[in-house]
Amino acid sequence: MLSRRIIPCLDVREGRVVKGVRFRDHVVVGDIVELALRYRDEGADELVFYDITASPQGRSVDRAWVERVARGIDIPFCVAGGIRGVQDARAVLHAGADKISINSPALERPALIDELAAAFGVQCVVVGIDSSRDEDGEWRVRQYSGDPSRMRDAARRTLDWIGEAQRRGAGEIVLNCMDSDGVRRGYDIEQLHAARAICRVPLVASGGAGAREHFREAFVAADVDGALAASVFHSGHIAIPALKAWLQEQGVTVRT
Amino acid sequence: MSVVLVDSGGANIGSVRYALQRLGVEAALTSDAAAIRAADKVILPGVGAAAPAMQRLRALRLVEVLRSLTQPVLGVCLGMQLLCAHSEEGDVDGLDVIDATVRRIDARDGLRVPHMGWNRVRAIAPHAWLAREDGWAYFVHGYAVPVGASTLATCEYGATFSAAIGRGNFAGVQFHPERSATLGARVLRGFLAA
Repeated sequence: MLSRRIIPCLDVREGRVVKGVRFRDHVVVGDIVELALRYRDEGADELVFYDITASPQGRSVDRAWVERVARGIDIPFCVAGGIRGVQDARAVLHAGADKISINSPALERPALIDELAAAFGVQCVVVGIDSSRDEDGEWRVRQYSGDPSRMRDAARRTLDWIGEAQRRGAGEIVLNCMDSDGVRRGYDIEQLHAARAICRVPLVASGGAGAREHFREAFVAADVDGALAASVFHSGHIAIPALKAWLQEQGVTVRT
Repeated sequence: MSVVLVDSGGANIGSVRYALQRLGVEAALTSDAAAIRAADKVILPGVGAAAPAMQRLRALRLVEVLRSLTQPVLGVCLGMQLLCAHSEEGDVDGLDVIDATVRRIDARDGLRVPHMGWNRVRAIAPHAWLAREDGWAYFVHGYAVPVGASTLATCEYGATFSAAIGRGNFAGVQFHPERSATLGARVLRGFLAA
């Protein structure tokens, strides 16, 4: 039986792992490869590296650290940040990444999803979506979320964008619920549940993990395939071996 | 010992190479027929789609070269599927060294395709050198080989499918040993020790 994935997310800024609250106030939490190996040893199922400054600055992800990570770890990892075309993606995949995740560039030019799926297969193509609820109650997509000064409303309904992304060839969706991100009060189960209902490819929850119960909720109530978290893992607030043991007791299938 | 990685244009070549380096083996990436024939071990990696991969092997005139190899040959993911007679993906004939057909994973009953993530592998039959392993392995694929005479290990996703297949000096794994932590390293070690 396919296991539910626990995915530490490492935000990368200028080659170092950082973490902010609600996308601001970034502090350095450690070296990329050191953290990657630590999480691998603790039983992380996958790692995601977001180069949070690449897209706003209009540059591609720095491949040197991708290669360093690929040499070191034997679990899958995904790289996101400023991948704007097939050439950028090929470079990152050839450096050893298993998947590439696109966010802002896909909003700028949705055909990029089709191009990447055609070139590498849908299994490599992850579409990351930053989503926030507006006053009218509608979830909408946000763009350039790595840089608050440039962040703007992409004016797409989140659920519409999930539908379009998978039609175009997204092999996985990472839904980052910004209203709950970084505050550790739990994943946005309502939004994830709505996304799950229309998402036929693997769906990964992001934003809000603060306790082990939150992971269980996301897996059981929203039926997500993976749960992504950063600060609770970086700080040691939640230890992955204990989290997985508890989830297994709760009847959630996890790799042990 | 010389190990070559066949340059089939797949995107996971770097990670397979690094996995071998972690086990102390430096593998050369090549599409040269003579180098492939002369190698002690051959790995056919592959991420992507079957039709372009076969097209590339044909363009490189490697189809007969690969078919006639007698040393251990390990196919990984798409590389495993290329060892089969035929694939539904692009309706293309493979290298046909293992009598099996690659079929699309049926997405009915809410089954999410591609099958992506860690799943349990169960060994069901022995092979000359492919490690007999039960445990968790990392899969990413939308097509699979149904269980048949060449199946060495199985996995459940909607239906039971082949996690590993083999015949004679050829074997393949549907999962990614280079990304399957401890189990993956054991599979690669077994292949290198063959």
